Amino acid sequence: MAPAKVLTIVAEMALRRRLIEDFQRLGATGYTESEARGQGSRGRRTSELEGQNVRFEIIASAATAEAILKHIGDHYFENYAVIAYLVDGTVLRGEKYT
Amino acid sequence: MSGELILQNLTSPVVLAFVLGAIATLVRSDLKIPEQIYSALSVYLLLAIGLKGGVELSNTTFDVVIWPALGTLALGVLIPVIAFAVLRRKFDRANAAAIAAHYGSVSAVTYMAAVAFATRAGDNPEGFMPAMVAILEVPAIIVGLLLARRKGSGDLKSAVAEILSGKSVILLIGGLMMGLAAGDAGFAPVAPVFKTAFSGLLVIFLLEMGMVAARRFADVRRVGAFLVGFALLAPIAQGALGVIVGHLCGLGPGGMTILGAMAASASYIAAPAAVRVGIPEANPSLSLTAALGITFPFNLSIGLPLYHWFALLLTK
Repeated sequence: MAPAKVLTIVAEMALRRRLIEDFQRLGATGYTESEARGQGSRGRRTSELEGQNVRFEIIASAATAEAILKHIGDHYFENYAVIAYLVDGTVLRGEKYT
Repeated sequence: MSGELILQNLTSPVVLAFVLGAIATLVRSDLKIPEQIYSALSVYLLLAIGLKGGVELSNTTFDVVIWPALGTLALGVLIPVIAFAVLRRKFDRANAAAIAAHYGSVSAVTYMAAVAFATRAGDNPEGFMPAMVAILEVPAIIVGLLLARRKGSGDLKSAVAEILSGKSVILLIGGLMMGLAAGDAGFAPVAPVFKTAFSGLLVIFLLEMGMVAARRFADVRRVGAFLVGFALLAPIAQGALGVIVGHLCGLGPGGMTILGAMAASASYIAAPAAVRVGIPEANPSLSLTAALGITFPFNLSIGLPLYHWFALLLTK
């Protein structure tokens, strides 16, 4: 068993392509993507017409996860509907995520 | 304006399905069109109008299409500039440009409703009008992005790529090319799906539009009186301009009505995606609420007979 960080990002669909590029550039070894719906301080995205949300989950080392989180905060929080949070996790094959 | 035509419009399945969808949302019904079906329907509708337009284009000579095409292009450039100037009185540059891009571009569903309306009114509209939808869709969004640009933010290149690779442009232009290549003979075998079934499937789509629009009604109070006024008056001015341009370009009353409705409509498929990338600091709920919650229902109910009446007035 090894420690790892779990980074979850829920963002409006407009950011999808750019976020994936960011993950790869900042060293994530993979990500899991799913569609999401919801409502928050930047309105409601509950249908395709209104735009949808995308949720990413990334398991990474603390350094990588924090770099991605900081990048999202610096570049997207101001103008886009996006939330991101980091939690501690435990994984098998710890070397897979570094 | 004949009262009979207004009543006929209001009792058409397309408008009634929209009303039913809106009622369903307002009474908190559990009615829901599955998202995948909505997606598939929008692909079908866009491809169908592209195909039908392409087939008609294959039967049309260049000199018949060129003037309406240039007129439509002029509308696509002119409308966002005028709308921007008006919106600037109240909004900052980013929001004014974003809303102007939406109102300059075209709503394909309004177009489809306008074709149904003009056909029902016996106007026999020009079949090549889908090509005009394709022409009107893109330029206004680019003009809007350029108007916002002085601020130095936003990514114009990605935004333009977003428009050109978006599903509505791919399906419309792609459908036009397919129809053009296939011609009447090639289209005949697929016509039952893309022509005969079209009106019925449009009705289901309008049900979903009604539900989404009604969810926006609650936001209407929040966008302010200025934008509400704009969302009601801009379509009338833009619609009149569209009808006049249609007249000058040699369209018949059916084509004039449709071009009027197209010019009056505000985009909510192609524009939001591109504007989100190109003008991220603009508030997307302003444009969407105005376009979907106010202008679309207005055009569907009152706008269509109004533009039709004006078209008849000009042709007399």
